[in-house]
Amino acid sequence: MSNVYPALIVMALVTYMIRVLPIILIKGKLKSKFVKSFLYYMPYAVLGAMTFPGILYSTGNILASVLGGAFALFLAYHNQEMIKVAIGGILAAYICQLLL
Amino acid sequence: MKMHTKDDFYKGLKHGIPIALGYIPVSFTFGLMAVKGGIPVVAAILISMTNLTSAGQFAGMNLIIEGASLIEIALTTFIVNLRYMLMSISLSQKLSNKIPDFKKYILAFGITDEIFAISAVQPGELTSSYMAGLITIPYIGWALGTAMGALTSSLLPPTLQSAMGIALYCMFIAIVVPAAKESKAALVVALTAITISSAFTWIPYINSLSTGWVIIIATIVASSIGAVIFPREEDEYE
Repeated sequence: MSNVYPALIVMALVTYMIRVLPIILIKGKLKSKFVKSFLYYMPYAVLGAMTFPGILYSTGNILASVLGGAFALFLAYHNQEMIKVAIGGILAAYICQLLL
Repeated sequence: MKMHTKDDFYKGLKHGIPIALGYIPVSFTFGLMAVKGGIPVVAAILISMTNLTSAGQFAGMNLIIEGASLIEIALTTFIVNLRYMLMSISLSQKLSNKIPDFKKYILAFGITDEIFAISAVQPGELTSSYMAGLITIPYIGWALGTAMGALTSSLLPPTLQSAMGIALYCMFIAIVVPAAKESKAALVVALTAITISSAFTWIPYINSLSTGWVIIIATIVASSIGAVIFPREEDEYE
C-alpha cells in the first residue's frame, strides 16, 4: 500500500486544478457561435452518456434497473419534479428487487 | 436583494437533495471498499471531503491499495477527472459576472457531473447563493455516505441501498426527457451521446476504455454534432 496521506493530497490538488483552471483563465464571454452552441448542448451530451448504459448496472439487478428506469422515464415525460422522478425510480427498483 | 439571495440558496438546496440521495450508496461503497483495502477510516472520509469525485476517487483508492507511485496516482486522477475541465469551461460562461473571483474559485471545488448538469440547465446566469445551496447537501451526503461505509454501520437494508443506486440516473432522466420533448436538438445530442457510450461499453476492443474517456469522447462528439447541425442564435444563449 502507498502512503495514504500524500496520495490523498495529490489527488485533491490535481482534481481541484482541473476544476478551477478554466474559471481562472477564461475571463469574460466566449464569442464563437460554435463554442457557445457546443457548451449549450454539453449537459445533454454528458447526461446521455452517463445515463445509458450506466443505469442498467446501477442496482445490482438489470431487470430492476430497467423497470426503475422505465418508471422514471414515464414520470419525467409527464414533467414531474426531479426529486419525484428520483424517488419513483428508487421505489420501482426496490419493489422489483423485493419481488424477484 | 437579500430575500433574493436566500431564495436562490433554498432553491439550490432543494435541487441538491436528489443528488445527495444518489451519492449516498456510491460513497457508502467507496468507504466500505477503502477500509476493506486497508485505508484508515479517517483517510477514507478525508479523500471524499477533499476530492468529491466518484470514478476518480475509486481509481485513486485502488492505486493506493496496490501501492502505486504518486506520479501514477496523479496521472490517473488527471485522466479520469479531465471531463470536469469541460464542465468548468461551460460554467465560466454561466456564472454571474457579479460573483467575486475568490467565490468562483471556491465554487469550482463543487463541480461534479451531477452538480454541473443541474446548474447548466438552469435558465439565465447562476448566482453564488444558488451554487452554494446546490453543492451543500450533495457534499454532506458524499462525506456521510463514506463515513457510514467506512464504519460499516449502515442504517439501510442492503436491498434499499442497492435500489438507491438508480437515483442519480433517474435525476438525469428528469433533466433530459423534458428538454428532449421540447427541443429536437437536445434529443439528437442526447441520443448521439447514448449511442457512443453504448458502443464503448459493448463493442469488443473499444470497450476497454475507461468511463472517464468514454464520457469525454461522447460529450465532445455529441455536442459538436449539435453545434454544427443546430447552431444557436446569439440571443438564444443564456
